[in-house]
Amino acid sequence: MRGTPTRMLEYDFMQRAFAASGIVAVVAAAVGYFLVLRGQTFAGHALSHVGFAGATGAALFGLSPLGGMLVFTIAAGVSMGLLGERLSGRDVAIGIVLSLALAFGLFFLSFYSTNSAQATSILFGNVLAVSKATLGSLVILAFITLAALAFISRPLAFSSLQPELAEAKGVPIRLVGVLFLALVALAVAQSVQIVGVLLVFALMVGPPATAQLLTNRLIPGILLSAGLAVAEAWAGIALAFHVDWPTSFCITLLSAAAYLGVLLFRRSV
Amino acid sequence: MNALELDRVSLSRGEKTILSDVTLAVGEGEFVGVLGANGAGKTTLMKAVLGLLPLDKGDIRVFGKPVSRGNAAIGYMPQTRSLPPELRLSGRDFLATAIRGDRWGVPLPGKDDRREIDRCLDAVGAQHLASHSLGDMSGGERQRLMIAQALIGSPRLLLLDEPLISLDPHQQGIVVHLVRDLSRSLGLTVLFSAHELNQLLGAVDRVLYLGHGHAALGKVDEVINPDTLSRLYDAPIEVVRAGGHIFVMSGGQIVERDRHEGHTH
Repeated sequence: MRGTPTRMLEYDFMQRAFAASGIVAVVAAAVGYFLVLRGQTFAGHALSHVGFAGATGAALFGLSPLGGMLVFTIAAGVSMGLLGERLSGRDVAIGIVLSLALAFGLFFLSFYSTNSAQATSILFGNVLAVSKATLGSLVILAFITLAALAFISRPLAFSSLQPELAEAKGVPIRLVGVLFLALVALAVAQSVQIVGVLLVFALMVGPPATAQLLTNRLIPGILLSAGLAVAEAWAGIALAFHVDWPTSFCITLLSAAAYLGVLLFRRSV
Repeated sequence: MNALELDRVSLSRGEKTILSDVTLAVGEGEFVGVLGANGAGKTTLMKAVLGLLPLDKGDIRVFGKPVSRGNAAIGYMPQTRSLPPELRLSGRDFLATAIRGDRWGVPLPGKDDRREIDRCLDAVGAQHLASHSLGDMSGGERQRLMIAQALIGSPRLLLLDEPLISLDPHQQGIVVHLVRDLSRSLGLTVLFSAHELNQLLGAVDRVLYLGHGHAALGKVDEVINPDTLSRLYDAPIEVVRAGGHIFVMSGGQIVERDRHEGHTH
């Protein structure tokens, strides 16, 4: 028997995994709610790809991958916000930039002596390897992200739904849009620590989309989204511990199962 | 006091002159239909009244005050429908986002805010839509909620930009009558842009017709006549009346038909 819940929590790395994933899940789901509301989920995807280059590049120079990721994702998020509408309909340009970012990540990785483990943990996350220092960084980043999101949430909700009306009412919609993408960048960098570059949607899009199927209220929707994300992350880690599957796989599986389950249930009633 | 005054206003959008030395006044409580060819500047005029566009010359006053962005006296319903079709948000929460939407902070509606939302829902007869998701509503129901949203904060001037677009004729009639009743019961001044005159006949007090930098404001018969319209269109225009409808013709063709798909101007 590998484990009762108490056995599982006897390990320091498991305690840190639960703490880190819980904190990040709340951030990802709250930011992700607005990402889904604004129809900007592609931005989360794009920023994670750009972050891959930042994380691998930073590690190459002996810097923290989380730090490198933050610099790259925030720079990219702010640029996307400033370019704004000029980016819409530029699928080809965006696609080329994204693949270039991934390619640069691969290029940086080629200089590593032991690149495959490092690459896998950035691409698919490694929540069981979260260090004390990383956990501390995540707590601070999560606090900053949630506080800033709360601060901009009213004009953000307004300008997400009715940009022209918001502009007429005096909302600085461009500033709000740029600030929001900077927060998406922060949330992506945190999510990557848990589920990796390629699976950020599991935390940032799955829970908010599921929550929006379950309630059409704004604040309850955000809270439900956060609750679902935490439940999926924790259940995923516990499942992975017991069946010895990759943790990110289990979290993503539960995120997808929750969304599809609710969708099918709604269709059938 | 007049609700809206344009004093020798010149206004352009890019290279195109929208208004050239236009002076006019709209009285308080008037329901004015804003008409004109696509690109004549109906949206541009509204944006200028909202203080979103600089004027080349002249000035615009709203209830005697110069235009300013965020003027609480103006309610606005933009033409662009940017709402995602599948939006899973209740009518009530949709309205709530407009309450103090320009202030930082968390959008938690208080008691007064909830009362204001109820007042606006009641005003447009949309209380039954409060708990429905926008994604499940018909075009007419969404339009009704957007009009309710424009009423938040008790504005005295309503700018409604193409509220009839993408509605069937029956829904169009309902929206026109709703706005006319609101204008009368709340004493609201309304500028209501549309690309078809006939939907507004019998409901509007006056029409404002824009074209080629000129503007004509008056009763339907004063504006919709060959002389005035030929000047606005800069081309010979015929006006044909049949069965209670008015058709504006140019060279044997009806102008203002099916040329309005999804443009902003």
